[in-house]
Amino acid sequence: MLTELVFFLLVTIAGTAGELCMARAMRGVGEVTNFRPQALIGVVWRALSVVWTWVGLGLMTLAFFALLAVLAVENVSFVVPVTALSYAVGALGGRVFLHERVTPTRWAGVLLVCVGVTLVLLGKRWG
Amino acid sequence: MKTPSPLHFKTYSSILLIVIFGPLGNLLLGKGMKGRGDIAAWTPAELARFVTFVLRSEIIWLGIGSLMVFFVAYTLVLSWADYSYVQPASAFAYATAALLGHFVLGEMVSAVQWAGIMVICLGVFIVGRTPPRTTERT
Repeated sequence: MLTELVFFLLVTIAGTAGELCMARAMRGVGEVTNFRPQALIGVVWRALSVVWTWVGLGLMTLAFFALLAVLAVENVSFVVPVTALSYAVGALGGRVFLHERVTPTRWAGVLLVCVGVTLVLLGKRWG
Repeated sequence: MKTPSPLHFKTYSSILLIVIFGPLGNLLLGKGMKGRGDIAAWTPAELARFVTFVLRSEIIWLGIGSLMVFFVAYTLVLSWADYSYVQPASAFAYATAALLGHFVLGEMVSAVQWAGIMVICLGVFIVGRTPPRTTERT
């Protein structure tokens, strides 16, 4: 039970934390204004030289393997609603880690997305 | 009618790429892998056959290309827009996946799924009404 809980936390928190780290890395790279292929390659190259990118990729890899592990022992119908929580964790992380202003309106939208994603994935399972 | 600002325009364009190319890539990979069957044994010869199959499949390459467009668009949009804006807005990809499955692959979409799609659209619409960027950028 404790092992499963750890895996659930890894899926939700490590996955979202990984994306938050990527967002932090891209802030360091700066706003992209030139969309020519050569300029975009330069952006990717600069992103790869930022530590946050590698931390993010590492955390997302960890979350992926944790998801595989948890799917081996639990039903998808149980795992999926838990993973939809990542949208709420994402909004919270954006506020705390990236200092974004998450207004009540944005929170309302995020919570609706959580519910909608759960319904779509459960509907697929039940359909 | 109010004209969208350059920030809104490039944010919406990137999210459009994300919600189209993410599910499309997954669909192409799924289609490419269908019929391949499970890896019978984890021997070097069987793995080599699997890798050869993947590398020779045009549809899998199209899938990889789509996912690369998705990843680049997702990474780029985070350079100017809030994560708490981009992440929920990208959830519209679940709706795209269901629509692609229904209209391209002829899969059945249940009433619960349609309800979920409607709720996601409403959530994305509400998030879309907030400013894409709330912090200062370099």
